[in-house]
Amino acid sequence: MSMDMVGLEHWSLARPELFLAVATALLLLYGVLRGEVATTFVSIATSIALIITAVLLFVPYREGTAFAQLFITDRLTTTMKALVLISSAIAILMSRAFFEHAKAWRFEYPLVVSLSTLGMMLMISANDLMSLYVGLELQSLALYVIAAFQRDSVRSTEAGIKYFVLGSVASGMLLFGASLIYGFCGSTAFVQISQALLAGKAAEIGTTIGMVFVVAGLAFKIAAVPFHMWTPDVYEGAPTPVTAFFAVAPKIAALSLLVSVLMGPFKPLFPQWQQIIVAAAVLSMGWGAFAALRQPNIKRLMAYSSIANVGYVLLGVAAGTERGIQSVVFFLAIYMVMNLGTFAVILLMKRRNVMVENISDLAGLGRSHPMLALSMMIMMFSLAGIPPLAGFWGKLYVFMAAVEAKLFWPAVLGVLASVVASYYYVRIVKVMYFDESEEAIDPSFSGMNRAVALVSALLVALFSLLPQPLSAIAAAAAKGLFP
Amino acid sequence: MVIGLEHYLTVAGVLFTLGILGIFLNRKNVIVILMCVELMLLAVNINLVAFSVYQGNVTGQVFAMLVLTVAAAEAAIGLAILVVYFRNRGTVEVEDINAMKG
Repeated sequence: MSMDMVGLEHWSLARPELFLAVATALLLLYGVLRGEVATTFVSIATSIALIITAVLLFVPYREGTAFAQLFITDRLTTTMKALVLISSAIAILMSRAFFEHAKAWRFEYPLVVSLSTLGMMLMISANDLMSLYVGLELQSLALYVIAAFQRDSVRSTEAGIKYFVLGSVASGMLLFGASLIYGFCGSTAFVQISQALLAGKAAEIGTTIGMVFVVAGLAFKIAAVPFHMWTPDVYEGAPTPVTAFFAVAPKIAALSLLVSVLMGPFKPLFPQWQQIIVAAAVLSMGWGAFAALRQPNIKRLMAYSSIANVGYVLLGVAAGTERGIQSVVFFLAIYMVMNLGTFAVILLMKRRNVMVENISDLAGLGRSHPMLALSMMIMMFSLAGIPPLAGFWGKLYVFMAAVEAKLFWPAVLGVLASVVASYYYVRIVKVMYFDESEEAIDPSFSGMNRAVALVSALLVALFSLLPQPLSAIAAAAAKGLFP
Repeated sequence: MVIGLEHYLTVAGVLFTLGILGIFLNRKNVIVILMCVELMLLAVNINLVAFSVYQGNVTGQVFAMLVLTVAAAEAAIGLAILVVYFRNRGTVEVEDINAMKG
């Protein structure tokens, strides 16, 4: 049998994924042989492997499909994979101090993160309902495990159960939709689904119902309202480094998958899915803004913040235009930096040798650690969307794309929600600088996290000086979808 | 009576609905939830295999094999998390899973 017949002729397109899989397996072997003493080495080596994988995406850069059309690489997938890999690597590096303190610094953690990252890369590159499902499950199963990673903590294991149950329901719904699409279009390949829809060969009602199921399943994974109910509990209960990881990498991956599904096979159904995405966007922005107002726990607050941010991204998706997708990539890159920086500060919240996670615990930080407080303030103002910080440009791009696509009212509602949400971001700044505290938190125990906080604050603050490169990358990524 | 595609789809639809209802209405035990998840996946498999036979291509059957494999992995991980939780709390009643609210 020739290579051509088994569909292996372009296997080297998946070189980054293969490298990551092999590296993870070898590091797992090393960890098992050496035991707990190898943890620090394994975590640093995993981060390096993730970065090398990101480099392999571009050296050499190639486009095309592989494995009998199951797998696709283009500008959009490559850009999204690079974002996911960078955020996973940083999330692993940030986790050490916390887990050492919690006596849960085990070598499995970086490896499970790496496996879920591999799943994310596969789902970003999915070009068929089957590879979509397998990639999504590889990612999700690894995420369920790390949510419950602090085995002796009631809250962590409870977060694991909740995430597992609701995540499985989401996967089941997605799968049921996939089976209907297969049945009514006659194929699971993205290209053939859209061809069947365009040629009028597919039963449109059946396919639409299937598509609604698939979109609902993906909405669960990105925590868009009305499928967000697991988010606050899981974000609060999971160990903080895991929350930092959850808030960034899986969101980027699932949103990328949503974009490639909606703009690929389901593009002929644009009028049908646009209403759904607009509704989810508006509800997410609103719920994310109002539900967080009275939240004392900062991890829970970041959960609502992430729901609101998913709303903004969905607004860009709902536009369905090249500008819309460009704004999605642009927003996600900025969102990644802001969230990693914010969680770097949250991971430093330790007082009298106890990790704390209430907003009131930040009181007095402005006086005791001015640099850290300044970084946090920049991040909060950026999340609130105050110019000239990076977060402002992200939101501006999304709203402009929405208005251009005649989504005038959703954009206005988004701006209003953003104004409401700025209340709780600015409240954190107020607590840091104006509230009295007997003893401020002591962030001296992790140089890594302070460095991440500082660097992301610099990036966010100085973004306005040089926005063109990111905007050009986002434009190139979006172009591939509109030949 | 000839058993056609629509009969298979109806059975799958009923099973799937039972699975979802079981998860959201069940107030007793987390193990039951795991069983309901399996029920949902089996409904999907019936769909896939029925469509596959009806259309005369094997894609659906390949898909069903993948679903079976992943479902096994999913059940293993779900039970593992459940065991860890039981060690901490000594219970797997749905009503007791309430350390976090808000």
